[in-house]
This record gives sequence, C-alpha cells and structure tokens, in this order.
Amino acid sequence: MFDRDRWQEIWSVLKKNKFRTLLTAFGVFWGIFMLIIMVGSGKGLQNGAMEGMGNFATNSVFMWTQRTTMPYKGLPRNRRWTYTNEDIPVLRENIPELKYLAPRLQGGGYRSGDNVVRGDKSGAFNVYGDYPQWNKIDPVRILAGRFLNEIDIDESRKVAAIGTQVRDVLFKNGEDPIGQYIRIQGLYFKVVGVFEPINSNINFGGDKVRSIHIPFSTMQRAYNYGNNVGWFAMTAKDQYKAELIERKAMQILKKRHDVAPEDDQAVGHFNIGTEFDKMKGLFNGIKGLIWIVGIGTLLAGVIGISNIMLIIVKERTKEIGIQRAIGAPPKTVITQIISESVFLTTLAGYFGLVAGVFIIEMLATGMQQSSGSDNMFRNPEVDFTVAISALGVLIISGILAGILPARRAVKVKPIDALRYE
Amino acid sequence: MIDLSNIHKSYITGTNRLHVLKGIDLHVKKGELVSIMGSSGSGKSTLLNIIGILDIHDEGDYRLNGQLIHNINETKAAALRNKFIGFVFQSFNLISFKTALENVALPLYYQGVSRKKRNRMAAEYLDKMGLLDWSDHMPNELSGGQKQRLAIARAMIHQPKVILADEPTGALDSQTSYEMMDLLQAINREGITIIIVTHERDIAERTNRIIRLRDGNIGDDHQNGIKKETTGVFNRP
Ligand SMILES: Nc1ncnc2c1ncn2[C@@H]1O[C@H](COP(=O)(O)OP(=O)(O)OP(=O)(O)O)[C@@H](O)[C@H]1O
Ligand SMILES: [Mg+2]
Repeated sequence: MFDRDRWQEIWSVLKKNKFRTLLTAFGVFWGIFMLIIMVGSGKGLQNGAMEGMGNFATNSVFMWTQRTTMPYKGLPRNRRWTYTNEDIPVLRENIPELKYLAPRLQGGGYRSGDNVVRGDKSGAFNVYGDYPQWNKIDPVRILAGRFLNEIDIDESRKVAAIGTQVRDVLFKNGEDPIGQYIRIQGLYFKVVGVFEPINSNINFGGDKVRSIHIPFSTMQRAYNYGNNVGWFAMTAKDQYKAELIERKAMQILKKRHDVAPEDDQAVGHFNIGTEFDKMKGLFNGIKGLIWIVGIGTLLAGVIGISNIMLIIVKERTKEIGIQRAIGAPPKTVITQIISESVFLTTLAGYFGLVAGVFIIEMLATGMQQSSGSDNMFRNPEVDFTVAISALGVLIISGILAGILPARRAVKVKPIDALRYE
Repeated sequence: MIDLSNIHKSYITGTNRLHVLKGIDLHVKKGELVSIMGSSGSGKSTLLNIIGILDIHDEGDYRLNGQLIHNINETKAAALRNKFIGFVFQSFNLISFKTALENVALPLYYQGVSRKKRNRMAAEYLDKMGLLDWSDHMPNELSGGQKQRLAIARAMIHQPKVILADEPTGALDSQTSYEMMDLLQAINREGITIIIVTHERDIAERTNRIIRLRDGNIGDDHQNGIKKETTGVFNRP
C-alpha cells in the first residue's frame, strides 16, 4: 500500500490536471463539510433543548383536578372536587411502580401585589407547599443551606428554600440569607436554603428563580388549606413507563372521590415522558434527515470522483498498456487506480472534515462567550464517532468510486491499450 | 523457444472480417536472431503481438518455451511476459513521468524486487547502454537513440529469454539505427533470442534469419550470412 512508486504515480497523475483534480476534490470536500456542519448544528439544537430539562425526572406525571363532566353516584356534574391527604398513602400502597410521590400546593397572593416582605424590601413570588421528594423530580442546585426535609414536614416547621432572584430582591448584596426571616403573606419563615434551577426549560406557573418552597404541611395549616392537595407530581421507577402510573393513579383517585370512571375531563394531567419522547423523536427525525441530505451531497462528490477517474483512466490507456505489456498484472493496475481514488476522496474529505469541525468549534466557543442560560442553540459539537464514521464512509466511497474505472482499465486487451492514441 | 503451428488470426471490425494470419508455422530456436519483413499490413505486428502474448490467436498452437499458450487469463499472461519477454517498440513506449532509472527498473517492480536492488540493477543496465549519466532525466529530455537504448535496457533488465522488437529503428536515423543493431547483436550473442520486425533491408541483413510474410503466410524463410559489426558499441566506456 505505502510503496513509493504507487504514490509517485498517484501524485504525477493528479498533478497533471491540477485544476480538474481540485474541482473534483471540492465536491467531496463540500459534501463532508456540509455533513459535519449539519450534524454539529443539529446536535447543538438538541443540546439546547435537552439541557434545559436534563435533570428532570423524565418519566414523571402531573395530575390536578378539574370540574366533573358527568353525574355519578347521585352527585351532579360540574362538581368541584379536590385531592386530599388521605389519597397520599393510598397511592403509595397501591402503585408499587411509583418511585417518588410529591403532593403539592401553590400559594395564592402573588398575583395581587407583593406577597413576601423582609424589612423594607418586598416582592411578588410563587410560593409552593412541597415535600422533599419534589427535589428529586425537578432537582435544583442548592447554593447555600438545604432543601426541605422530612422533619420540616412532620413538625410543620416555618422554613423556606428560596430561589436566587428571591434572595437578590430581599437581601442586600453579600448578605447571608440562611437563618434570616422573611414574611410570606403575614407569617414569618426562616430561610434554610438558596437554590438555582437546573432544568430551566421546564416551568410550572412561574419562573423557578422567583420561587419559594415551604413544607407542604405548613402551607396546609398556616394558610387554611385543610387537608387539600393541589396536585400530585409522581415519577415511575426507572423500568416503568410514566403512562402506567398515570393510568393507575387516575383510576384510584376517581374511585376515591366518586368521579365517574369514564370522566376523563375531571382529572387534568400532563405526562413529561410523552413530551420528552416527542421531542426525542423530533430530534431523531432531524438527525435522520441530516444524514440523508449529507450522504446525498457526499454521494454527488463521490460520483464526481468516479467520473474523473474514468477520464484519467481513459487518458492513461496507453501508459497502462505499456505497464501491462512489461508485466504489470491486472491486480496491480486495479489497486493502483483504486488507491488513487481513495487517496483523492480521503484527502479531500479530510480537509472537509477539518474545516467543518473548525467552524463548529468556532461556533461553540463564540457561543460560550455570549452565553445566556436559556439558549435554544447550545454547544454545537461533532463527536469522535461521527468524524470516524465519516472517514470510513469516505474510504469506502473512494473504493467504490475507483472500482468502475479500474475495471475499465483492465478490460481492454494490452495490445489495444498500446495502440490507443 | 518459440513454436507456432497453424496460427490464424482475424480482426473483426463491424461486419467485416479481415483474415490477417492464415496458418503460420514458425519455429525459432533459442539464441536465434530473426527478422520479419513484409509489406505494410501483411501482419508482421500481429504475429509479433501473438508471440508476445499481447494478443491472442484464433486457431492453432503456440508454445513459448515449451508451454502451451491457450486459454490463459491476463494475470498469467502478464506473469509470462514478465518472465520470458522483453519488448522494444518503434515509439519507445517509455513512461513519461518516470525517470530513466525508474523506467528501466519497472519490470522488476512487478516482480516484487526490492527498491534498492532494482535501482542497483537498473543503474547497471543504464551503464551498459551508456546512459548512466542520464539516470535522473525524464524520457522527454532524451534523444531518439537514447530513448531506444533506454527501452532496450528496460527490455533486458528482467533477463528475458526473448526480446521482441517491432520496428525498433523505425524512428531513428540510419547511423543510430546501426548502433541499435550493434546493441541487439551483442545482446543476442549472450544467448538471448531476438525477433525484429523491420522494413529496412539493411537492418534485416544484419540478422541470421530473414522471414518474409506474404498474404498471411510465410512466403520466404532463409538463413542469412551475417554482416560484420561496425564497432563494439555495447560495453563501451
Ligand atoms: N486491432 C485491429 N483491428 C482491426 N484490424 C486490425 C487491427 N490491427 C491490425 N489490423 C489490420 O490487420 C492488418 C495487419 O496489421 P499489422 O499491424 O499486423 O500489419 P503490419 O504488417 O505490422 O504493417 P506495418 O508494416 O504497416 O506496421 C492490417 O490490414 C491492419 O489494418
Ligand atoms: Mg506493424
């Protein structure tokens, strides 16, 4: 393969037609360049979308109540109903596939002006009553202190974990919020933790940086929710689909609250898993499209190479005839021509690859410098396997491009080749 | 060395069929120096190409060094050519992008001889042809005579049993032609069989045996009292 005579021959042939060689090589260069750019950008788009929900427990379901639409067991339609604390153990016991269950309440008040006050500072924030499990379903990054824990729930402590923007509004720059008190709708809560969101692309009702989490039990008692549960968030164990727990939970809850089993309107629900799958499907579709278009472009380039190899072989008919007359076996001639084709394809493709990766890297660094946290296009990248498989595709296409011209070269009788003018 | 019996060859162009060789019987022994003459289009080149396994006869038996040439594939033919035959062409047929040395070394390359060894041998043969100083020159930098000497070196390097030369002097002036014949005669004296196709009577006169083709048959085949050599060009300093 790597013998000097062969390379010398490849080189002299390609050199003889510099311009034509260059043009042909450009086809392959462009093909692989476009492929890399598209794959990299597709990946960037996907990263942007996926990173905003990267840590979210994706096989999660949310469930709230809506008015009934059917009469049932003597109860009228259009009835309001709510989940209650008693539902919690029943769900836990009857759905073994459940990994996390987080009953939630959302406090009111923030719509009607500033609901949270500290000294002379105040702001309007979302207040949630939560179980510690919530932080497993939609994890946050704790910057100081801690999130809520079981003891907070058991003792209905008046403690709060606050988002970064809450901290920025209520506290002076550099002031340590941990252990300080804030007043939420008239009641004092001790700040036990400050967090920043990780999954910034998934929000419920409000920006997470402007959220305050207090213990679920505290919220029920302090703000007169009785034993009402606003909604349930639940996650299935890893090996189960979210639809399964979704279906089971709906069945149990309807039964417990005398809602007609076929009344689908009465339970509002949202399945992150399905949304996530749709998104994944979309990106896989984009990826597939990119490869189809990319390979198509590349193929056009390869056909160009095959074409030029045919012309080269035709021009060299006599010279190949001489070589065969003095003893070059067909195998040598064939490998020679295929090597030329592979050389041309791979060299051009390699430059395309390098140029493509270079552009993608430039984009990536440019993006890092101007980073906003919720970019829809993030970290475009070309992974090593893509580059390697692209090179593999190139070498194979080079061989394919060379086969036809090589066969053409040995098909003529040596004497006819020698006579060729 | 070369045994032809009842060799036929026709060319088919479109609907026409041109019967060029009509049953040639020819035996050339090892070490002979033979010339083939005949009018243009009489089939001299066709015959030589069949002997050189560059082309295939339609009918009859051809034995090269005792081996029947029949139904052989191109790989085998290439190997046989490489082993037994050296070619010298009227138009030299040198490879334009290779240096003189590389051109001469080429047959050895196809035999898989190492680069070092084949370059050493090529230099030796170039030296015999008085072309050592031109080793690194490209063929287009050489004169016609030099080119043909280069071609002879290439035809010799793999030590073939037979050298086939199709009008080797056709493109050379008479002085150079004689030098070429001196060379071929010298090579022949080393025991190598040589067949030369030529139009020129004085070239044929310098071979031991003259064969005339006429109408696709051998019209005349006679031994020839060889003329003297001019000078010892071969092995000159
Ligand atoms: N490949 C071919 N296809 C068709 N006809 C051919 C082919 N090669 C040779 N011929 C014909 O066969 C005949 C013999 O050709 P050949 O080349 O053997 O003649 P030649 O004796 O060498 O002539 P010259 O002295 O002019 O070289 C000619 O009439 C020629 O036109
Ligand atoms: Mg001829």
